[in-house]
Amino acid sequence: MSRIGVFICHCGENISRTVDVEQVAQAARQMVGVTYACDYKYMCSDPGQTLLKKAVAEHRLEGIVVAACSPRMHEKTFRNAAQAAGLNPFLCEMANIREHCSWVHDDRVEATAKATDIVHMLVERVRKNKKLIPITVPVTKRALIIGGGIAGIQAALDIADCGHQVVLVEREPSIGGHMAMLSETFPTLDCSQCIMTPRMVDVVNHPKITLHTYSEIESVDGYIGNFSITIKKKARSVDMAKCTGCGVCMEKCPQKKIPNEFDKNLGFRPAIYVPFPQAVPNTPVIDREHCTKFINGKCGVCQKVCGPGAVDYEQQDELIVEQVGAIVVATGFKLYDITEKPKGSAIKGYGEFGHGKIPDVIDGLTFERLASASGPTGGKIIRPSDGKEPKQVVFVQCVGSRAREKGISYCSKVCCMYTAKHTMLYKHKVHDGQAYVFFMDARTPGKSYDEFWRRAIEEEEAVYIRGMVSRVYQKGDKVVVMGSDIAVGVQVEIEADLVVLATAIQPRDGADTLAQKLGISYDKYNFYSEAHAKLRPVECATAGIYLAGACQGPKDIPDTVSQASAAAAKVMTLFSKDQLEREPIVARVNEKFCVGCLACKKVCAYGAVEEKEIRDRQGNLIRVVAYVNPGVCSGCGTCQATCPSKSVELDGYTDEQVMAMLETL
Amino acid sequence: MKHDFEPKIVAFVCTWCTYAGADLAGTSRMLYPSNVRVVKFPCTGRIDPVFILKAFQKGADGILVSGCHPGDCHYMAGNFHARRRFAVFRKLLEFIGVDLNRLEFSWVSAAEGGKWVEIVTELTEKIRSMGPLTQFTDLNDEEQWSGALSNPELKAVYDQV
Repeated sequence: MSRIGVFICHCGENISRTVDVEQVAQAARQMVGVTYACDYKYMCSDPGQTLLKKAVAEHRLEGIVVAACSPRMHEKTFRNAAQAAGLNPFLCEMANIREHCSWVHDDRVEATAKATDIVHMLVERVRKNKKLIPITVPVTKRALIIGGGIAGIQAALDIADCGHQVVLVEREPSIGGHMAMLSETFPTLDCSQCIMTPRMVDVVNHPKITLHTYSEIESVDGYIGNFSITIKKKARSVDMAKCTGCGVCMEKCPQKKIPNEFDKNLGFRPAIYVPFPQAVPNTPVIDREHCTKFINGKCGVCQKVCGPGAVDYEQQDELIVEQVGAIVVATGFKLYDITEKPKGSAIKGYGEFGHGKIPDVIDGLTFERLASASGPTGGKIIRPSDGKEPKQVVFVQCVGSRAREKGISYCSKVCCMYTAKHTMLYKHKVHDGQAYVFFMDARTPGKSYDEFWRRAIEEEEAVYIRGMVSRVYQKGDKVVVMGSDIAVGVQVEIEADLVVLATAIQPRDGADTLAQKLGISYDKYNFYSEAHAKLRPVECATAGIYLAGACQGPKDIPDTVSQASAAAAKVMTLFSKDQLEREPIVARVNEKFCVGCLACKKVCAYGAVEEKEIRDRQGNLIRVVAYVNPGVCSGCGTCQATCPSKSVELDGYTDEQVMAMLETL
Repeated sequence: MKHDFEPKIVAFVCTWCTYAGADLAGTSRMLYPSNVRVVKFPCTGRIDPVFILKAFQKGADGILVSGCHPGDCHYMAGNFHARRRFAVFRKLLEFIGVDLNRLEFSWVSAAEGGKWVEIVTELTEKIRSMGPLTQFTDLNDEEQWSGALSNPELKAVYDQV
């Protein structure tokens, strides 16, 4: 390319004060390949751009260098102007003679020489530039939501209400997640199930939502706009199409003493069960581990009593494939199980708190089930050991959270608030009872949150003791809590009837495995990482994947719902176009030279490099080469610098272009 | 202040962090020596060691490679690949006889205009005190060797062969 135009901007006086722009223009005219050079006071202004467009037409320019400010400022402006003038926008480059020259040097001669050098480098570069066409990829307007808690439900409803198809995948037999387990929610004390269950019903009734419960993500292929998801539907042993949800099978099941996980093992359930009465879908599942039929084949009662004949012992796990364009990950959290020290983990257990050994030491979620009207006790707060009403309850905050020496340094965010709520719920049900709370700090930012916490102390008479608990042990039928009150500086010993530990929030088991399948990053605690902590808090660095809820970090319900709606908005933005257009700065493989070592595949952080088989006409495999999927490639160029045979080229930053720039030195 | 020798410094930078950091130095009107020429890449991971050799060959006296801080890479891990690559490459440079002081690596984020100025100023001063790098330009001259054995040592070797 040899008809280059150079346009030098004065930027008012910003450039011309230290750089002799006329001299630079004159020098540019002498450069090889430069047909036209001029300078102008404000190149980015309308007359400046008109001048540029006119010059392109008049001098039949084939490339443009605009010597002005940083390309981060006006590259788009001038590339658009070039396009308007009929040039491919990628044949326009900017020479940064303001931020990198006139503003940082005060010697006019030196600055002018440097500006000339910069222009020269860019002229050589543009001579090697090639026309690039923006890449378009089609968008499948279907979204996958992983996780059917409040985050997943909110995102699914928002996207589906916008008219797009949604596939919601939930690991458990019912959607609802942790929110369905809660009794009442802070700071308004409205019943969790009352606000949650209608939403669950909305999901199952929504014509745009396909629900896969008791299912897990098996594998993920593809890229933004074009994901292919394999979902494993675990065998429910009940035909969902036939089951009417009458519940006779559950009544007749002779196995009745299986601890109910949903009630945190406080109550019992049969082997064929729904986790809780309001479950969605209301179709039972057979727990094959505990079912007599599956253990020794000697039962089959449920099949006999099932009117519609829905019970099917032969049912197998099933793999189904769904095509989607975007993914929202909303896998939620689990509570730090302090009963045992996790194997091979840096996180140390809390053996000294007796959780798991002393029946009357429970965690926060267990207390929620005790306090819940639909819980195993019908909302009556009793001790798990003897069923008596506890008159003294000790709540311990920050169990696991903010404990660097134990391996978790973050704050779990919701415990201060839910412990305050627990003291209130307790006081409302046991009027003559006394609640004590051991706390490090009370962290109550949020609308009406601090008022709520103060209410727990001032009106509901919870006693807050600032200090840590060192030991919890059984003494007769009491549980003794030893701790310190650092405000007074004394040791405290409380003989409690019940101890509730606010254990830390952790990501779900298997969060890391799922992240690897999705190709998204996670931190050392397995919380998923957002693309930018401030400006892109719901997007993953991997395009087309979004985050909602506690899988990204501890969150309360309002934050979770906000983030889920934000993720849904991001998905809808993506779905607002039929084709995705992106900058064509992507790597390309020269298949003639590629030796198929696939070193590029190993270094690609995006999984954009695939193996491609080259076959002859008979279909015999000749060799394997690398192929860069332009839809996935983000254009970092690491593959090119790694390639030993120099057969990958990053468009826009080719070896030829860089070498041409270096030749001017 | 005028100096006898003005070194030529080439900076290979990534567009997201160091280039933006250098822009910030500009918008903050910080002053630094004009010896540096910036070559922009999408990521330090794109920087092929060959470019460094090429720059030295074409007369650069000092080279700066700078990108995002570890963990801040816009492309997730490009700067880690660069770091690993250049750790090996330095050995090669040392082997061929280039003073490693002429090659500097650093992390400059988009918020560190001041750090950019510091690094460029220090490197310029350092290279200025080291003098020009002549090994490559000498080699260039030798490539265009006329055939005359002006050097007696060379002649002795030639005769032996």
